[in-house]
Amino acid sequence: MAQPRVIIIGGGLAGLSAAMKLAELGVQVGVMSLLKVKRSHSVCAQGGINSVNNLTRQYGDNESKHFDDTVYGGDFLAHQPPVKEMTEWAPRIIDLMDRLGVTFNRTPEGFRDQRRFGGTLFPRTAFAGATTGQQLLYALDEQVRRWEVGGRIVKYEEWDFLGPILDDAGRCRGCVGQDLITMEVRAFPADAVIIASGGLGAIFGRSTNSVTCNGSAVARAYTAGAKYGNPEFIQVHPTAIPGADKLRLMSESARGEGGRVWVPRKPQDSRAPGAIPEAERYYFLEERYPKYGNLVPRDIATREIFKVCVEEGLSVEKNRQCVYLDVTHLPREQLDRKLAGILEIYEKFQGADPRDVAMKIFPAVHYTMGGLWCDFERNLEGGLVIGSPRNQQTNIPGLYAIGECEYQFHGANRLGANSLVACIFSGLTVAPGIVSYLEATAGGSALSMGSALFDRATARHQAAFKELVARPADGPNPYTLHQDLGKVMTEAATVVRHNAELDKAYAKVLDLEAQASRAAIADASAWANQNVVFTRALADMFPLAKAILRGARARDECRGAHYKPQFATSEITATDPAERRKQAEAWVDAFEENNRRWLKSTVAACGVGGEPTLTYEEVDVSLIPPRPRLYGVVGGQAIEEVYKERQLAQPPAGALATSP
Amino acid sequence: MREPLTPLHRLQIESFDVRVLRQDGPGKPSYWERFRVRYESDMNVISVLQKIAENAQTVDGRKVAPVAWECSCLEEVCGACTMVINGRVRQACSALVDRLLAERPGCIELRPMTKFPVQRDLWVDRARLFANLREVQAWVPVDSYLDLGSGERQSQEQQQLAYQYSKCMSCGCCLEACPQYMKIELTRQPGETEAEFHQREEELYKRAFIGAHAIAQVELFNSNPIGRMNAFERLEALTHEGGIQACGNAQNCVKVCPKEIPLTTAIGRGGRAATIHTLKKLFDR
Repeated sequence: MAQPRVIIIGGGLAGLSAAMKLAELGVQVGVMSLLKVKRSHSVCAQGGINSVNNLTRQYGDNESKHFDDTVYGGDFLAHQPPVKEMTEWAPRIIDLMDRLGVTFNRTPEGFRDQRRFGGTLFPRTAFAGATTGQQLLYALDEQVRRWEVGGRIVKYEEWDFLGPILDDAGRCRGCVGQDLITMEVRAFPADAVIIASGGLGAIFGRSTNSVTCNGSAVARAYTAGAKYGNPEFIQVHPTAIPGADKLRLMSESARGEGGRVWVPRKPQDSRAPGAIPEAERYYFLEERYPKYGNLVPRDIATREIFKVCVEEGLSVEKNRQCVYLDVTHLPREQLDRKLAGILEIYEKFQGADPRDVAMKIFPAVHYTMGGLWCDFERNLEGGLVIGSPRNQQTNIPGLYAIGECEYQFHGANRLGANSLVACIFSGLTVAPGIVSYLEATAGGSALSMGSALFDRATARHQAAFKELVARPADGPNPYTLHQDLGKVMTEAATVVRHNAELDKAYAKVLDLEAQASRAAIADASAWANQNVVFTRALADMFPLAKAILRGARARDECRGAHYKPQFATSEITATDPAERRKQAEAWVDAFEENNRRWLKSTVAACGVGGEPTLTYEEVDVSLIPPRPRLYGVVGGQAIEEVYKERQLAQPPAGALATSP
Repeated sequence: MREPLTPLHRLQIESFDVRVLRQDGPGKPSYWERFRVRYESDMNVISVLQKIAENAQTVDGRKVAPVAWECSCLEEVCGACTMVINGRVRQACSALVDRLLAERPGCIELRPMTKFPVQRDLWVDRARLFANLREVQAWVPVDSYLDLGSGERQSQEQQQLAYQYSKCMSCGCCLEACPQYMKIELTRQPGETEAEFHQREEELYKRAFIGAHAIAQVELFNSNPIGRMNAFERLEALTHEGGIQACGNAQNCVKVCPKEIPLTTAIGRGGRAATIHTLKKLFDR
């Protein structure tokens, strides 16, 4: 077996698609993962994968509409060329996954079936039962196994990535990993390293993410000098099932089928939900949003549930925040036919049948829109130059980032069923770029370099590990420190953000970080020591936590998932037409002024002591001019009128500008 | 079929005990340790193990190393946290404490799977499972990853059938329950390189029973419109030593599968296909 020239960190959808494509292009690949790649977090994606398709085309859909929905949904914070390219590839990606044997649901005629998802008017979402992510991952896992047999890919499963190895010129020459069983620390010389390690839900304690989504690989690249884009953008899903170990997702379709969200009017009413009469129930979404009711947009639902529990003290339980999501009034037959899959998850983990008893739900951290900063090369049409070594490359030459752990595709908010396509797309397209990079690598291959650089890196990480194992068992408890960090981050930096709270949270995080640096090690074993691996990952959460808090503190506006009530725009309340017009003009003035100030990506660099320094980067909005995101805004029509008039008075901003 | 749901009741207890069969590493002796965990409602075995990690102290007050175990998704779709709980192989995430204590009051018993080598405590090495998948070529052998259009059209019926098998998360429950699937545990010999050791391991895996898990994947890929082009190779693997003929028809596999995969149907169909394959080879000679 030849030595790998490219090492991929993470074996989810992004990492495995990159691995198989690189193998096809003749490159020796190593895949390093904390666990068997077949068990990666991609398996948790339920809903589906988006692309324009033959059916939606006939309703007037096309690639530029998928592009527009994604950019609009992300509140214009995403660079447009990568998004444009992704939406153009999406139909071909789904065709490829179909050929690889993904068991997509079928129509009676045998075509792939599609459903409609949030943020679009078209049924673009192909799905495989209620486990689309799992099915896509398995197809890629199978291809990677095929290349393993063929000798092109080698897997390092149950290995922890400890950091990239940079040469004196700052170029990435490989990485250091640790075998989680034997605890052997080893350097892997390589000409390129791809980080494909997914999200960082664990920084928020419990989330909808898998326990392996702890951000450690990203943190280790960040502290080694890689920049981090848009750290403050974290998606919180409105409905998750609170659990002692995890917050499991409860799909939006429960509300789509008529589920109602409520709390008892009497705080912590001890009666069973079914015994509380209608008059004593507070259907707060229906009362506050009579038009949309329980189907208000995701961010609004999240904020309202949060408000009713945290600010108004109406949580169903005293010691735990939650509201009722009630489907018990719906006919059983309808529930069984349309919602069986998701109701079974509730049954299985809560041990209660939601057909009989109202479910208890609360918002949960779900997706990391921000991530390692990476580059792209734009072509003349506004898409990407496929094969450019710049695509997906971080600011460290030879270090790449793909999938959820990078920042390019979703802007300020991700649309449902777009994550799977972004992961596979970035994995497939990074491959030809890396081939170009390998061809152009100056100074010879890392594999032929002397061992000095690699020996030094191994010795450094080996020493750090030894020091950690030898640490006394009487320091602060790392597991409770993790819970404390999760609590601070969840309270200050999720649904609603206030500057004063963010400042306080920062101080608390610094204190926790100091404690974590002395955290007790309860296991002195040099064999399969999960205690040490956990404590090390905990320490690495702090630089990212600080970047999230600083990014959120600095951004004085509301955009996508980032909401600061202090900077929320007012609504159009006047009834008199002239006054309405005036209010709308003022609204659009404020919108334009805000975009001049804040339509920028946050770019965090890790400074001394893990303190982030923030700079701002212009967003490439050359293809679709930014416009107000008005879904659910009172007086939206008046605002739209003013906005459109102003647009008409201006020259077009880009050659490919599309209308919504 | 799914078990009927009995309502859960919050138990009126302060705490409960957890007995864990521990082992410090391969080749080391195993031993029991007992922990006391404070009771809360809505606990599962994962949260119990998290509590033990947080305060790893036995009932007699000895500080010990936290229990090692494997987990990831906590939603019963990744297969990582498989172990033997109160004598039954299953995922720790979907094993609810209230139910376990209702079955057997006072104490929960956790053991590692017995068919795979223990790496440490409840953490086992299931590499053999994936070797079995390599052996049966459980993949669709496409020409390339270039754009060559979509796959073939498929009936809803065919999709449903394939989906059942493709939900398999390689957890190994079926193998733990199988009387024919025996544990293989090797140790590296002095002077043997890592590569030589793995080579020896692979040889043994090939000769030993392949198990229901891989047989069901043969059924999946041999019914796929492109996958069936390699049906011959897969049936070769099924008719080798350790192939489908080694199945003793105990039918335990289908009873313990958390995803209710029709494993015995796959074994029945695989058996017939293997017989025809063998006869054909005989007459075509």
